[in-house]
Amino acid sequence: MTMYDSLDKVKAELAKCMKCGNCQEVCPIYLEEQKEGTVARGKIKLVEAVLKGDLEYTDGFADKLALCLTCKACNAKCPCGVKVDEVILAARSSIVKNKGLHPLKKFIFGTLKRPGLFNFGLKTGSVFQGLVFKKHKALNGAYPRFPFGLDLRRIVPPLAPSPLRDQLPEIVKADKPVKRAAFFTGCTMNYIYIDAGKAVVDVLKRNNIEVIIPKDQHCCSMPIIAHGDSITAKEMAKSHVDIFSKLDVDFIITACGSCGTTFNKHYLELLEDNQEYYLKAQTIASKIMDISDFIVKEIGLDKSKLGPVNLKVTYHDPCHLNRGMGVKDSPREILKAIPGLEFIEMQNADRCCGGAGSFSLTHYDLAMAIHKHKADAINAAKADAVVTGCGSCIMQLSDGMNRYNLNLPMYHTVEILAKSYAVKDQLDKTTAN
Amino acid sequence: MRETLPAFVAVYTGYNIGGLYVDKNIISTLMNLLGRENVLTSKEDMITYSFDATADMPSENPDVVVTPDNKEQIVEIVKLANEKKIPIITRGSGTNLSGGTIPINKGIVLSMLKLNKILEIDAENMTARVEPGLVIQKLNDAAAPYGLIYPPDPGTVTTATMGGSVSECSGGLRGLKYGVTKDYVMGLEVIMANGDIIRTGGKTVKNVSGYDLTKLFTGAEGTLGIITQITVKLIPAPQYRRSMLAIFDNLDKAGKTIAEIISNKVIPATLEIMDNVTIRTVENYAKIGLPIDAEAVLILEVDGGIEQVVLQEFEIVKKICKENGAVDIKLAQSDAERDSIFAARRAALPALAQVKPTTVLEDATVPRSKIPEMLKALKKIAEKYNLQIGTFGHAGDGNLHPTILTDESNKEEMERVHKAVDEIFKVALELGGTLSGEHGIGIAKAKFMEWEFGKEGVAVMKKIKDALDPDSILNPGKIFGGN
Repeated sequence: MTMYDSLDKVKAELAKCMKCGNCQEVCPIYLEEQKEGTVARGKIKLVEAVLKGDLEYTDGFADKLALCLTCKACNAKCPCGVKVDEVILAARSSIVKNKGLHPLKKFIFGTLKRPGLFNFGLKTGSVFQGLVFKKHKALNGAYPRFPFGLDLRRIVPPLAPSPLRDQLPEIVKADKPVKRAAFFTGCTMNYIYIDAGKAVVDVLKRNNIEVIIPKDQHCCSMPIIAHGDSITAKEMAKSHVDIFSKLDVDFIITACGSCGTTFNKHYLELLEDNQEYYLKAQTIASKIMDISDFIVKEIGLDKSKLGPVNLKVTYHDPCHLNRGMGVKDSPREILKAIPGLEFIEMQNADRCCGGAGSFSLTHYDLAMAIHKHKADAINAAKADAVVTGCGSCIMQLSDGMNRYNLNLPMYHTVEILAKSYAVKDQLDKTTAN
Repeated sequence: MRETLPAFVAVYTGYNIGGLYVDKNIISTLMNLLGRENVLTSKEDMITYSFDATADMPSENPDVVVTPDNKEQIVEIVKLANEKKIPIITRGSGTNLSGGTIPINKGIVLSMLKLNKILEIDAENMTARVEPGLVIQKLNDAAAPYGLIYPPDPGTVTTATMGGSVSECSGGLRGLKYGVTKDYVMGLEVIMANGDIIRTGGKTVKNVSGYDLTKLFTGAEGTLGIITQITVKLIPAPQYRRSMLAIFDNLDKAGKTIAEIISNKVIPATLEIMDNVTIRTVENYAKIGLPIDAEAVLILEVDGGIEQVVLQEFEIVKKICKENGAVDIKLAQSDAERDSIFAARRAALPALAQVKPTTVLEDATVPRSKIPEMLKALKKIAEKYNLQIGTFGHAGDGNLHPTILTDESNKEEMERVHKAVDEIFKVALELGGTLSGEHGIGIAKAKFMEWEFGKEGVAVMKKIKDALDPDSILNPGKIFGGN
């Protein structure tokens, strides 16, 4: 039994909550809605009511539990250390078990589970996307032409003509390899932000890391866990455990906090009751490292390799990278080390952008209201570009920039680093000539 | 809906529940008045308003939760409630520690969170006028550019509202030097139970016109009226401060230190104490290097506007600690070190709360000279009832927080807990103290009121309540229990 199979497993977390309400200070949803049902202690009270039998698995309960970004801001604030996100995820799984999965979600998750079909769908999508989306003039994105479940005001990034993993070999050799690392690309880098994905491989290669990019990897399953379909999520977790256990690598590199957290935390939760898989998942979890942390802590930043990037940037902390994987300083260290680059710390950089993966699809207006605070902070920072470490955040930030008339370019941290390396190379070549 | 009310509630509060109900007509009237989105009625929503931050309290779902935008709407709500005799429970952030916002008699929960504006910061007169839904910290943020502060700083300063803290008259860590909320409330605007709007007090430092209604409504826990505007006093922010942590192997020595500091004419802004149970629990929880065999630690801070004076006072405090046999003194050399000293104190409640599922937190208060006696009595009570009690609190102002670590699912132990609580209040009153230093009475301490005030004293309060709210629609069942 895992916490995804029985809500009883989170009773200890529930008991820790003393209902002090400190979560109100930081919950982005509560700060918009100001209703007790939207903040952690209110949801904990509802889960307690269900466990006590005072409340059924009602639609209202499901709606309330859907109102969480799993941004972990309340976890960090909680004086008693309640892991609220675990309670939420366990409750959502329990809701699906008791009420079933929405048919549309069932279809989508079924596709994500079958990587071949998902891949085919998104590849076909990249060809036909012009039919349903019209391009936005300035931002790299498009509006939906018809309201097919997406809000018409929403800017959706274009799918790449060909996914990252099709464009790169499965093994990228380094000149003098010092270590071997697998790269878990995640969906956003594979299908949308190809340049960021290429930058990860480029940066690793330049640091003499041999990179393995398993072709059969697929969605990490975070969206599926978030929507409570733990049966599918378990299958996907096992599949990734199988795929990555076979590899002889020192590290597994991620470039998205949600993917990384799924690998180093959620797989362990999902596979807790399966001894064989749990042990393997532990080994995998211990090898997971975010690309910026890997560069700073494993490789060490070699400033002599960095060329100037003349840009004023600010940095947005992705929730799962910061509070999930504990990666907060490394991206800043990288940015601050790059000559010519001016780093401006925005206010409340660690506040959720409102994207929260698929939350912005299901609760668009609320996600945008939350994003307003981020847009204001970005505006006040007066930077030329926004840097972050997560593809879904980039998606939300792009859409939000359009909503709030802020057309700044966006980069993954590793793209700026790759650029800095490349500029230095170019400079060295020119001086050599 | 009324028949779902558990019998014990009626018994507990003595409230006459016959003939009261919120029907569909009332809900639709409220929706017409406030807009559908500002009227919550689902069972799920009601559950989330059935409690506040108080442990070991009964929960009860309200009938409806409304969130008005302005006072005109509140007047209409009050008139409707008055006509239909429906209880109104005014609520801010629901962070109080006396069960003050639990809708024990069901009815309408009136959420004030949308009335959250700062109406004025008057730097010349050093006052501010705010709406009740404003979070306390936001007032401090707005006053900071003027070099001013609003001193009351309850532990929930970043979540609790001004209206809630005025209604509970909350205190904080700086009570000894700066006082509590009532020392800062200068004027109020209040909606009465009949819908009248009145104004009390004002901006002037001197104001002796008529009865002091401002003080009457401050700490009234929403039982006498609904506060819609608050005028408060601000003071210049202290520019300098010095902090330290002093460790004692003996309670009496710590107690004597407290008394001597004050008798040497030094009034620290903060003078906090933690007992051995708390020290051990905090250390186990937060690993901040507290000596687990110490009988007491004192956390002290002196502050002020003149550096020399602050340093001088700090030397006096240090000397007194040493003379009274402090085994160790840790001086904060930087803001970071100060933060780590205060982190120990802030960790007290959460750390204690981790030990057992239920944390019964009291705030019995005694004259500061009686602190050692009170601490010893608490130790005896813990032994007598075989309970774990950790005590920490604001030693400088005599406000202690004996915290009983228990499990509400253990009926036998809870009986012992309730007996111990009775005895804690008895001792506090015998020592010349009071039931509540800063949390209010609510439903948690209602049954002890006669111990402190006698039948006659309580009768006077009830007469005031009856005069201002004859049908007892405003937060019924609080402070007195029965009507």
